[in-house]
Amino acid sequence: MSRHDIQLSVNGATHRVQVESRLLLVHLLRENLRLTGTHIGCDTTHCGACTVLLDGDPVKSCTVLAVQAEGSQITTVEGLEQDGKLHPVQEAFWENHGLQCGYCTPGMMITGCALLARDKNPSEAQIREAISGNLCRCTGYSNIVKAIQSAAEHLRQQ
Amino acid sequence: MSEPRTSPEVCGMGHSMKRKEDPRFIRGKGNYVDDIQLPGMLHMDIVRSPFAHAKIKSIDASKALKIPGVLAVITGETLAKYNLHWMPTLMSDTQMVLPTEKVMYQAQEVAAVIATDRYVAADGVEAVEVDYEPLPVVVDPFKALAPDAPVLRTDKKDKKDNRIFHWQAGDRAATDKAFAESDVVVKQDMYIPRIHVASIETCGCVADFDRVSGKLTVYMTTQAPHAVRTVFALVAGHVGLSEEKIRIISPDIGGGFGGKVPVYPGYVIAVAASVVIGKPVKWVEDRMENLQADSFARDYHIHAELAAKKDGTMTALRIKTLADHGYADAAANPSKFPAGLFSICTGSYALKHAFAEVDGVYTNKPPGGIAYRCSFRVTEAVHCIERITDVLAQELKMDPAELRLKNFIPPEKFPWKSALGWEYDSGNYPAALHKAMEIVGYEALRKEQAEKRARGELMGICISSFTEIVGAGPSKQFDILGLKMFDSCELRIHPTGKALARFGTKSQGQGHETTYAQIIAEELGIPAAQVQVEEGDTDTAPYGLGTYASRSTPTAGAAGSLAARKVREKAKQIAAHLLECSPDDLVWEPGKFSVKGAPSRSKTIQEIALAAYTNHPQGMEAGLEAVSYYDPPNLTFPFGSYIAVVDIDRGTGQVKVRRFVAVDDCGNIINPMIVDGQIHGGLAMGLAPALLEEISYDDEGNITGGSFMDYLLPTAVETPSWETAKTVTPSPHHPFGAKGVGESATVGAPPAIANAVVDALAHLGVRHVEIPITPEKVWRLLKEKGLAE
Ligand code: FES
Ligand code: FES
Repeated sequence: MSRHDIQLSVNGATHRVQVESRLLLVHLLRENLRLTGTHIGCDTTHCGACTVLLDGDPVKSCTVLAVQAEGSQITTVEGLEQDGKLHPVQEAFWENHGLQCGYCTPGMMITGCALLARDKNPSEAQIREAISGNLCRCTGYSNIVKAIQSAAEHLRQQ
Repeated sequence: MSEPRTSPEVCGMGHSMKRKEDPRFIRGKGNYVDDIQLPGMLHMDIVRSPFAHAKIKSIDASKALKIPGVLAVITGETLAKYNLHWMPTLMSDTQMVLPTEKVMYQAQEVAAVIATDRYVAADGVEAVEVDYEPLPVVVDPFKALAPDAPVLRTDKKDKKDNRIFHWQAGDRAATDKAFAESDVVVKQDMYIPRIHVASIETCGCVADFDRVSGKLTVYMTTQAPHAVRTVFALVAGHVGLSEEKIRIISPDIGGGFGGKVPVYPGYVIAVAASVVIGKPVKWVEDRMENLQADSFARDYHIHAELAAKKDGTMTALRIKTLADHGYADAAANPSKFPAGLFSICTGSYALKHAFAEVDGVYTNKPPGGIAYRCSFRVTEAVHCIERITDVLAQELKMDPAELRLKNFIPPEKFPWKSALGWEYDSGNYPAALHKAMEIVGYEALRKEQAEKRARGELMGICISSFTEIVGAGPSKQFDILGLKMFDSCELRIHPTGKALARFGTKSQGQGHETTYAQIIAEELGIPAAQVQVEEGDTDTAPYGLGTYASRSTPTAGAAGSLAARKVREKAKQIAAHLLECSPDDLVWEPGKFSVKGAPSRSKTIQEIALAAYTNHPQGMEAGLEAVSYYDPPNLTFPFGSYIAVVDIDRGTGQVKVRRFVAVDDCGNIINPMIVDGQIHGGLAMGLAPALLEEISYDDEGNITGGSFMDYLLPTAVETPSWETAKTVTPSPHHPFGAKGVGESATVGAPPAIANAVVDALAHLGVRHVEIPITPEKVWRLLKEKGLAE
């Protein structure tokens, strides 16, 4: 199995790593870099538990090879909090009970952040559409939608 | 519920306290099994059977063992050397860990590869060569009982057929007589399909055996760590695993819903591998393995009959059910209840006569069946009674709400002794239904429906008024493999008045770290923020039977409350000593004791705690702590009325749930925000089997929906915005009047949706539609009626 030297930035820190061609980005993050906040929930790109931002876009890191992330900027859930201050989406998930077991939560919040970076005033339908690639088995989605709405409101007021 | 008794700082019952567990989860700092990485840890992956029934002629691991990094291939033969190739199920049946002769279902574990890396382990799995000889497959449970059906469990010496058990409840003769004397009888077959809990985290473990100390630590996705420890000790005692040397740690769990109650072969193989190799071994199944091989739920083929008078008064219920358990009875029921609590099937109605029977059978499918976010088999029972009630309404041309109101157990008749032997603790069914009808605007919707119908549009409104049975359970009836189903709390108050409370249960998202702290806060006035809650580590937590069947609040929550009351009793003695008065002269208000008639003379719980370690009365033991093992006197019976409004697209057959109103009554509420969250989640898991989910098999026993490509979980798009409300009827026997809420909605929602769909199609002569009500099913029905667009 051939190996490759790649360089990428994760949550602002630059990493140089040697990886096998087949290594998935999610495993690079979780196992090599020990950023275990990004989760794995399926093997068919359906659940979104592994969602991270790749150059600002939400991607399912189980469906990206580590080598494909060469030279890119990755943001994981661990990178949302800045200078000890939670991101408004994190605050809103906590405040609105947008999580239960917490397993889908990092991916869900990353998707929410990506949506709000594009549009600070999404409709309920747009929010539901945006998170339709993120499965949650615990919450029934109502409070997740509410959390994203409340984060949007917070961001609009900033 | 009345206003909270405690201040927002104390945050006792009734406060919507923000969850104490969330700060770690929103930062990605939860600690789930797959996050655990130990030095020298190896990875395990599993070879699985492509056949549903086959003889294993040979397993050749030589190629796999040549792959650099593959250290071992474990087969049934390996385990047989230690007599670990079979294990008991929770229902005292037996199940293979790894086969030595034949495989009994597709995706069954055949061998395990241990390697230095998860990718290499997967390579190893590819390289193991297994030679199978296919055998005749039994898929249909009805055919499984045919006299010429191949007998599947040839491992059981005297087994001559595929029947596992026959269970029955009620008075058959009296029920038959009531049927004979009734004016109307309706009959309906219904199938409650095989489904899977599909928690977003799959199952797995890290088994870590220390050769020097002989201690086995297993980090494991389990809802019942203590019971697992005892089962491991019983199963592997002969190879030297003794209970004090086994530590099960259930770290953060990414959803359980019943799927993480059983002990799966993968766990046992990983433990065996760690013991044999002497290194930590991680096994985490992937999603397809999870859906294809872990315990399923439901799979009940029901025939229901309901008898009534002309005026709609229900008189008797008769049910015959065939339960497909797959290759082994691996249900997670209390041992004396092979059909779980299916005998709750008389539901919310004042039925005088009932008779129910269930036969369990073996087939070539994965073993089960567990719950799917419900108390043992309660969803099946509720679907049955709520569906047949609507069939009766249709037969009598009565409004389904009117029929229900006519037959509800009257509020003044509680406690109610049901025809199948349960004593319902409390209820006010008309109040919940009236409230739901008011919120949804029932009359206006019926008008809208009539107008739409006239225009050829399809809209349905219907109800489910369910009664649950949770909180197992009283020790005289309830045990699992002999372990009584109490639960426990061990409570310690530190000198500075902060607390540590440990419980025998294990949260999988329910928020115990918050709600349990609120219970202690309510009882002692110590701020919930200062109560540290711990569970899931068998070396530190008191013994308990775990979290499932909505039992945590009814059992462990009650234990928390009683442990706190014991602490309060001792605190009273100390306060009397400090205040130099008789304990009888003291009055309690949350957080302090004061002298009757002299309220300025008081001691706070914090002052008392300090005194317990610095200035306790002579003759009294120092310290302030208590333990409670709570054995509930009865189960609890949460209930509710749900109303679904659906629109059906005549072009695609798609059912859209436009509105869903859920009025729940779970007794007194600890944290309203969390209760609502539990209901929302339960509703989505009720919508799922109603409209989307089913695990089915072809004639060869091949699973036809074994990944998220075909097994469709509801997304935010199919899920409506839930409308919830409450009525409060406290449980009279629970220490703080709570009933449990985690599963009510999963139980109550499916029939509401199914009934609404049938209601939308009733004028076309449709009386029943099987769940899941997929677009294809509806479209075919519409086509048959000449209505598909
Ligand atoms: S793990 Fe499910 S989409 Fe990536
Ligand atoms: S909170 Fe458990 S899966 Fe979303």
